[in-house]
Amino acid sequence: MKWLSEIGEYCLFLKSVFTRPIKWRIFFKRLVNEMQLIGIDSLLIIMVIATFTGAVAVIQTAFNIDTPWIPKSLIGFTARQALILEFCPTILSLILAGKVGSLIASEVGTMRVTEQIDAMDIMGINSASFLVLPKIVAALLFFPILIILSIGFALLGGYLVTVFTDLLTVAEYVDGLHLDFNPFSVGYSMIKTVVFAFLITSISGFHGYRIRGGALEVGQASTRAVVDSSIFIIIFNLILTQLLLS
Amino acid sequence: MITVEHIHKSFGDKPVLKDVSYTFETGKTNLIIGESGSGKTVLMKSIVGLIVPDSGDIKYDGRLFSQMNGNEKRKLRYEMGMLFQGGALFDFMTVEDNVKFPLDMFTDRTEAEKRERVQFCLHRVNLTDAHKKMPSELSGGMIKRVAIARAISLNPRYLFCDEPNSGLDPRTAGLIDELIEEITAEYNITTIINTHDMNSVLKIGTTVAFIYKGNLWWQGDKKSILNTDNQELNDFVFAMELTKRLKK
Ligand SMILES: Nc1ncnc2c1ncn2[C@@H]1O[C@H](COP(=O)(O)OP(=O)(O)O)[C@@H](O)[C@H]1O
Ligand SMILES: [Mg+2]
Repeated sequence: MKWLSEIGEYCLFLKSVFTRPIKWRIFFKRLVNEMQLIGIDSLLIIMVIATFTGAVAVIQTAFNIDTPWIPKSLIGFTARQALILEFCPTILSLILAGKVGSLIASEVGTMRVTEQIDAMDIMGINSASFLVLPKIVAALLFFPILIILSIGFALLGGYLVTVFTDLLTVAEYVDGLHLDFNPFSVGYSMIKTVVFAFLITSISGFHGYRIRGGALEVGQASTRAVVDSSIFIIIFNLILTQLLLS
Repeated sequence: MITVEHIHKSFGDKPVLKDVSYTFETGKTNLIIGESGSGKTVLMKSIVGLIVPDSGDIKYDGRLFSQMNGNEKRKLRYEMGMLFQGGALFDFMTVEDNVKFPLDMFTDRTEAEKRERVQFCLHRVNLTDAHKKMPSELSGGMIKRVAIARAISLNPRYLFCDEPNSGLDPRTAGLIDELIEEITAEYNITTIINTHDMNSVLKIGTTVAFIYKGNLWWQGDKKSILNTDNQELNDFVFAMELTKRLKK
């Protein structure tokens, strides 16, 4: 039953987060700042992980489709589908849950235990909204960019495999990438990403915001933020896959 | 003037405040004293509305807090300043931006007007060369000064200080006490101060309320506190070696 009351608490939290900012100018300033922290600062890790994931996807597929009567271009095709539909949105969102989720929970949690949130509340500022709304909006705007980039880097990783190994030729790979391409698959990937972005930032903000105590609790909040975001990403991934593909 | 009447507050089944009634006077430094864990912070946070008491009334110059609507509460918030135990400066902003923050959020003043007010407040707390520093670069005493400057930036009618000189050396602590006392008199503020520091009590205790295990156990001022025959208060006042020797 504890989880039920926590979900209720989370809904109330969301209700106070989604209120109109007092000053839009300050909101946009914070938004830009959060895009830097949440988005730009995640670029490098996303690039590295996407490139390697793409390379591995191509190698795996090549080893598993090792029959003479299946054209090699299917390797490129299969890897592309897997990367766009699942690997990039889901795996990279899980990585971002670790990086961004813990950042948000520890930042908000520290502000809670050092009474900075109380200081805002007493001024008459809606602290939940002031602190967490820019983070959610920044992630909704920036995660899709990150995931598009990651798809690019993943395909590049696959390309590097074709260049440096003789599993398949560049031409076969590129053929496969073009084969039967449906732009909806990217849209599908973006829908998932946006949902995951919301889950990560709101759940992590919630865990940071609700704690009481000290440094120990900040650490625990940060762990719970990552664990809960990851679990909900996996659950929603299943739901969305079923909904969007049926 | 702030009046609290019959305030009760429990956390779970643990009572923390038991039927506290008291009046805090305007233009004076009103002290709430008591041991750690006696309920001082809970009382102060109940007064400012950060904690909702289980029962009881709080009146700001006759205005009943619980009956105010959202808009009236917001207006009242602009009249409050609070100094938190650890300073609670926003650690992602410079000193200057911390003091400017309430002005940014709640006024439509121009940038120049706001800077001038920030300058005035920082000067008032005797900080002249820390404008661009981040809170993590400040000493304990400076943090308290910036926090005071931020608390007074909107010209509050009510000032709340939770252990304003905890963690400071005696000299700096004395200076912070003096500063709060001066500001209180200068702007005729209703100031409430939580402390367990007997130095502060003897220096700025214009009115003193002693909280013991969640009860208002004794009330008086800095003079009467030394001649009380209240046992628990005596134990508190003369716990320190220095005061013990003074008594002899
Ligand atoms: N949010 C809370 N939840 C549960 N117990 C609390 C909470 N805040 C304070 N308490 C308890 O209330 C008592 C009084 O605390 P407090 O007012 O902070 O004491 P102090 O006089 O040192 O300021 C303590 O026993 C503390 O553990
Ligand atoms: Mg306290």
